[in-house]
Amino acid sequence: MGDQLRGKSAIVGVGHAGFGEAPGFSAYDIMAQSALAALDDAGLKLSDVDGLFCTMMEDAMPVLMAAEYLGIQPRYVDGTMTGGSSFVNYLTSATLALQAGLCDVALICYGSNQRTASGRLVTASKLPPYEGLYNPRYPISAYAMAAARHMYEYGTTREQLADVAVAARAWAQHNPEAFERGALTREDVLGARMVGDPLTTRDCCLVTDGGGAIVMVRADRARDFPKAPVYVLGAAAASSHRQISQMQDFTVTAARDSGKRAFAMAGVTPGDIDVVELYDAFTINTILFLEDLGFCAKGEGGGFVADGRIAPGGALPVNTNGGGLSCVHPGMYGIFTVIEAARQIRGDAPGLQQDNVELALAHGNGGVLSSQVTAILGAASTV
Amino acid sequence: MPENQGPDKTFRDGLAEGQINLQQCNDCKKFIFFPRVLCPHCKGRSLTWHPASGGGIVHTTTTVRRKPERGGDYNVCMVELAEGVRMMSRVDEISPAEVTIGLPVTAFVGEIDGVPAVLCKPVED
Repeated sequence: MGDQLRGKSAIVGVGHAGFGEAPGFSAYDIMAQSALAALDDAGLKLSDVDGLFCTMMEDAMPVLMAAEYLGIQPRYVDGTMTGGSSFVNYLTSATLALQAGLCDVALICYGSNQRTASGRLVTASKLPPYEGLYNPRYPISAYAMAAARHMYEYGTTREQLADVAVAARAWAQHNPEAFERGALTREDVLGARMVGDPLTTRDCCLVTDGGGAIVMVRADRARDFPKAPVYVLGAAAASSHRQISQMQDFTVTAARDSGKRAFAMAGVTPGDIDVVELYDAFTINTILFLEDLGFCAKGEGGGFVADGRIAPGGALPVNTNGGGLSCVHPGMYGIFTVIEAARQIRGDAPGLQQDNVELALAHGNGGVLSSQVTAILGAASTV
Repeated sequence: MPENQGPDKTFRDGLAEGQINLQQCNDCKKFIFFPRVLCPHCKGRSLTWHPASGGGIVHTTTTVRRKPERGGDYNVCMVELAEGVRMMSRVDEISPAEVTIGLPVTAFVGEIDGVPAVLCKPVED
């Protein structure tokens, strides 16, 4: 997204539904409940929506299924599937479509019932032909091998990985919407069942139900809605591979590229960011993304997250809702990074609201560290 | 090797005969994996098959934990072959816990569930 799009679109509504367990509800039910919640938040109706941005794990044409379910005939749709990063990526395509006049009200939405339907990660992905034979556990084995390589090259420790999970839980304990709110210590994480060395169950995200939705309009009418607008100041995507065996450097993600371009477009630096919302599918993700987005140097992420630096009261608020590790993870968490970032800027975060949040970063990850999308959101004062 | 069939089939035909074959780009001379019809590095379209030397090193590794009654733990790793390509594989002949990054291995054609597959074993001293 070029500099000319900085601040040209805004989020005027966010919503979610089905967090944790939503027994008896289909993925599309949860998507629709989320969409309605976001539209209520924006003071808009479903009939106002003329741009739909959606992907789901349920079938091959989810954006069409979603439009059909909602009973709308949008004049612009985008169902681009880059995994959990898709919804952050839609911030760019929605901005483009809005700015070009292809739609006036953009609805980004998602839902999943994976916990109550199957109890494990639901994915439409087939294992790639040259990997499936070895029976890696998808996607854990891929992230485990990235963590192992980071430990080998930089001396990152399992204790440091555990500190990421402990920080996420500490945030979640203050968030009534979070699914896991019990106490969690470093020892609990280290002593949990090992699933793919060096990652235990507590290094892995939750498996929950849940959905989220975002309503966007052009900036010129963003002040006409009930809630304070949250502007898209920068957004950029980068992809490096699909199959983990094709990842060039297991310790460096394409977030280095997406982050650089998103910051350049927004005209801000990591030091300016008030809250950071990262797709923490596994504890190693948080470390990799903090490094690659420039919050610390490559290889120093382990030390950076240790001792509560990213926990409540620490120097850098990261995943203030509890993240995918402790708040919610219905399979594609990316949309919730944007929702929490927007709520922190608006001042109505459900958990620990940080003071005077003007700039927030939302970062989505898709596949097996394959797709990286970074967005920088700002209050009206930053446009 | 036949040029009038897809690269995936040529690779699998090689495995069926106990041979690991890799494509090399005739332009930039880099080896590539997975098999395809162009060089992802220089975008060259001319590729030639060569038998792999079998030399390799474990680039990264994990133990997939599985209950003993379902077959027990097993290794999944990335092996970097001497030709410079990386692929998913499994190190046999030692326990999963003994597979470490940097371990020199020999790649060979074995079987997984009756299907020919590139497997690895530690280099003998």
